[in-house]
Amino acid sequence: MAKIIIHQENIRNPEELTNVCPFNAIEYINEYLSINAACKMCKICVKKYPDVFEYVEEERPQVNKSAWRGIAVYADHVEGNIHPVTFELLGKAREMAVKIGYPVYCLMMGDRISIKAEELRHYGADKIFVYDKPELKDFRIEPYTAVFEDFIKKVRPSIVLVGGTTVGRSLAPRTAARFRTGLTADCTILDVQDNTDLDQIRPAFGGNIMAHIHTPNHRPQFATVRYKIFNAPERTAKPSGELIFEDIPSHRLKSRIRVLEVRKKEKVQSIEDAEVIVVAGKGVKKEADLAMIRELADRLGGMVATTRPLIEAGWSDPRTQIGLSGRTVKPKLMITCGVSGSVQFVAGMNNSENIIAINTDPKASIFDVAHYAIIGDLYEVIPALLKELPAPEGQTHKGDQV
Amino acid sequence: MNILVCIKQVPGTSDVEIDEKTGVLKRDGIDSKMNPYDLYAIETALKIRETKGGTIKVLSMGPPQAAQIIREAYMMGVDEGALLTDRKFAGADVLATAYTLSQGIRKMGEFDLLLCGKMTTDGDTAQVGPEIAEFLQIPHVSNVRQILSMDDKAITVEMDMPETVEIQEVLFPCLITVEKDIYTPRLPSFKLKLKTNKREIPHITFRDLEDQDIYHYGLNGSPTQVLKVFPPPKNDVSEVWTGSGDELGRRLAEKLKELKFVRE
Repeated sequence: MAKIIIHQENIRNPEELTNVCPFNAIEYINEYLSINAACKMCKICVKKYPDVFEYVEEERPQVNKSAWRGIAVYADHVEGNIHPVTFELLGKAREMAVKIGYPVYCLMMGDRISIKAEELRHYGADKIFVYDKPELKDFRIEPYTAVFEDFIKKVRPSIVLVGGTTVGRSLAPRTAARFRTGLTADCTILDVQDNTDLDQIRPAFGGNIMAHIHTPNHRPQFATVRYKIFNAPERTAKPSGELIFEDIPSHRLKSRIRVLEVRKKEKVQSIEDAEVIVVAGKGVKKEADLAMIRELADRLGGMVATTRPLIEAGWSDPRTQIGLSGRTVKPKLMITCGVSGSVQFVAGMNNSENIIAINTDPKASIFDVAHYAIIGDLYEVIPALLKELPAPEGQTHKGDQV
Repeated sequence: MNILVCIKQVPGTSDVEIDEKTGVLKRDGIDSKMNPYDLYAIETALKIRETKGGTIKVLSMGPPQAAQIIREAYMMGVDEGALLTDRKFAGADVLATAYTLSQGIRKMGEFDLLLCGKMTTDGDTAQVGPEIAEFLQIPHVSNVRQILSMDDKAITVEMDMPETVEIQEVLFPCLITVEKDIYTPRLPSFKLKLKTNKREIPHITFRDLEDQDIYHYGLNGSPTQVLKVFPPPKNDVSEVWTGSGDELGRRLAEKLKELKFVRE
């Protein structure tokens, strides 16, 4: 088994050694250095003090990687309306497939969706596998996982990409666990090695760190990616790729779940579709001050979004949260006000076209991604800015809307 | 009604940074707290017990100091708890974590309902709940924003989808992950604190589990591995502006006009 061995005889400064671990997993008790269960095997101790910490690995049976071939994309849809994250993933799948001579597959399951699956032929998949059964009408976890399992066993893709939607975030882990394989959630960068290993890069440990993750000895390799992380390819005018209709016996689609009703939610304008977004961060001191942020957004014809601390404080609707635990956005203009720029936030916005950041702290990490870093107090800059901006068209008088 | 809630200790701050020169993580404070989303899962369990009776247990996996969040759960009114802790669990990814938890759950008795928070604030993956359900071979529903009704056989919940709400009736035993704001979590009670602060928190270690294959736990049971960690890329085409608030405001207005986001 892989483990970290401690060479006690080489210990000179135990306190320094216990401090090297960011997870407090190294303990020095009774003049004996040991590693406890908090260890995340990040191997930072091994890197920093190689004479004391040694990483040893035992040879394990290797998976036959050549028995798995192709990149598969799960077609996310509601009643046949395909979620655009699917096209973004098909584009990324093609980009990687070209490098290693792999085919691109797409999997779509549902009830009376065969006609809708035709649309997938315009985004470059080589083969589109369609499971069209009445039992698959609404999303229920057991039948959907059963179909996914059937598809993987038949097609044996090396890489499986799933959109980070509500369904994807439920279905991908369940299926990955069934195959006892790895899954990396919310990847922000994907690439593929010559040996078919998938490079999965995502923000990690909840902090300002990116992690490069791989799945060296398991297939298939699962990854989920949020909407608007990758670019969708142009829709081709001429369809290509082959539709393959698969069947699965109904007895394998049994479920302990009954869907009683599917209700449409009131349609709210989504920050994902906004061209201009003004973001309020924890530099906004009180809830009432959000009115000023809203005023700025109104003048620019945009929407207000927020960061996690403000959602946790209950100041705004969770649907307006940007970041890994919220939405991913790619507006033409983003102005952040008092946002520090944690990795989990930045991962949800760093593809925006113009990023203007206002923050008092010159060291704030938001300035690492901003195109215009404004070092100043939002309580001074925004009122001064508002004085210079014309009122929005058709609105000569602003009510006290909050 | 027997309910089990899975909870996790997470860093109290997200300000973990990496030293670019040495590649070493910089710790900024060592305080930890219960994953905020788990508070909603515990509150959901307490609300169900109020009307249906039964017991609530919590299970966590982590280092010995994670016992603190089980104490916190006691202070909220949870009946029993246990901590899965062993050096052999170290370095676990999602799959190994979910598998270890599923093994631990089997040691805690029979359950009708398993509850998890929507996600953790340190991993942000929202994957462990569905994987536990797979290992226990029970149905799961994630993103539950409301419990509509329940009887002895089934629970009816609202699953929150981007544009729709799906109302699902799930037979017990099952697992649900709950959204923030399903209920408002109560504060820990001082009375319960006095009553429970001497209570032992039982440990479950590798030896206690049914599956004794070491290759199913910790780093060895983890298909995914971290190749390296690095600071996020910086944008090198940025302008830095300083000055008084008035100057900055005026300059920004000019820039927005230049970029054609406002009319001249």
